[in-house]
Amino acid sequence: MHEYSIVQSLVESVTAAVGAREASVHEVRVAIGEMSGVDSGLLTTAYEVFRAGTLCEHAALTIDRIPVKWQCPRCHVAITNGAFLRCAACNEPAQLASGDEIVLQRIELEVA
Amino acid sequence: MCTDCGCGDVNLVPLELQTRILARNDGTAAHNREHLRERGIFTVNLMGSPGSGKTAVLEATARAFNDGAKLAAIAGDLATENDAMRLVRAGIRSRAIKTGQACHLDAEMVHHELHHLDLNGVEYLFIENVGNLVCPAVYDLGQDVNVVALSVTEGEDKPLKYPTMFAKADVVLLTKNDLLPHLDIDVSAIYHALARVMPDPIVIPLAARQPGGVEGWITWLTQRRAAVATEMVVA
Repeated sequence: MHEYSIVQSLVESVTAAVGAREASVHEVRVAIGEMSGVDSGLLTTAYEVFRAGTLCEHAALTIDRIPVKWQCPRCHVAITNGAFLRCAACNEPAQLASGDEIVLQRIELEVA
Repeated sequence: MCTDCGCGDVNLVPLELQTRILARNDGTAAHNREHLRERGIFTVNLMGSPGSGKTAVLEATARAFNDGAKLAAIAGDLATENDAMRLVRAGIRSRAIKTGQACHLDAEMVHHELHHLDLNGVEYLFIENVGNLVCPAVYDLGQDVNVVALSVTEGEDKPLKYPTMFAKADVVLLTKNDLLPHLDIDVSAIYHALARVMPDPIVIPLAARQPGGVEGWITWLTQRRAAVATEMVVA
């Protein structure tokens, strides 16, 4: 389960973002694509375990799950995920428009 | 803390980031890629299930090149150095990464091993990832291409069960083709499944234990290495 190492990287990213600010982290918001290879449920579990003793100890984790979207790179028509991944009109191979995100979107800080 | 009215509410300040969580891994991977390309080394991230035939493919690759000096490998497993030792016996200079409980290789592990691998005269570096169709797909190692070994014994719908891995593959090696006469497998169903998870699937059938059984793979490999070299000259 690689979600533990993802959480380790997430906490490092949050710590770097907070830097020298005198603040505690209230919320961590991430975007996880459904084709990213990261499972949202396992990520939540890993976060609950790993955050103890870190800057994220009291921060809620919010996960925005990003659906998989394929499209034709030429005519931009949507191509259904799980279908034959080629444009029926242009015969172009489909292009992944979204769904592979593993992104720290924002954090919310509690400041004095 | 609110000091205006003494209510005790905290002041919340949003900080927009939009950064890749694996940015540090990606940075190390970029460093690996730059270092390897500068040396003219074409790097393959070879992934697949345990038992899909990854090591056998590399052994057959060494025989087909008939010049192991051009090849190097890093083999990742949770435990044992067995695969790296097999590759050394095949004439490929190799290092093992024992990951312990980690289910994948990351760019830092590869970077560390590169410092211990003699790369003089090497044209191809094969990173044999931990046998696993999930986690290795997430981590960039600094490779030029992602290659997935899929054996014909694994079932026709394996690509549909692990779409992320196959979507990231530049090529799929359909291994153990010499076993087909003994199996009740519809090969066209494997190709059909791949076309539903890979936009432009390239599939190369292999029989690593048979003479000439990896020729298509060797042709693809040499052509891709030449294409990357051309890209670098143009850039």
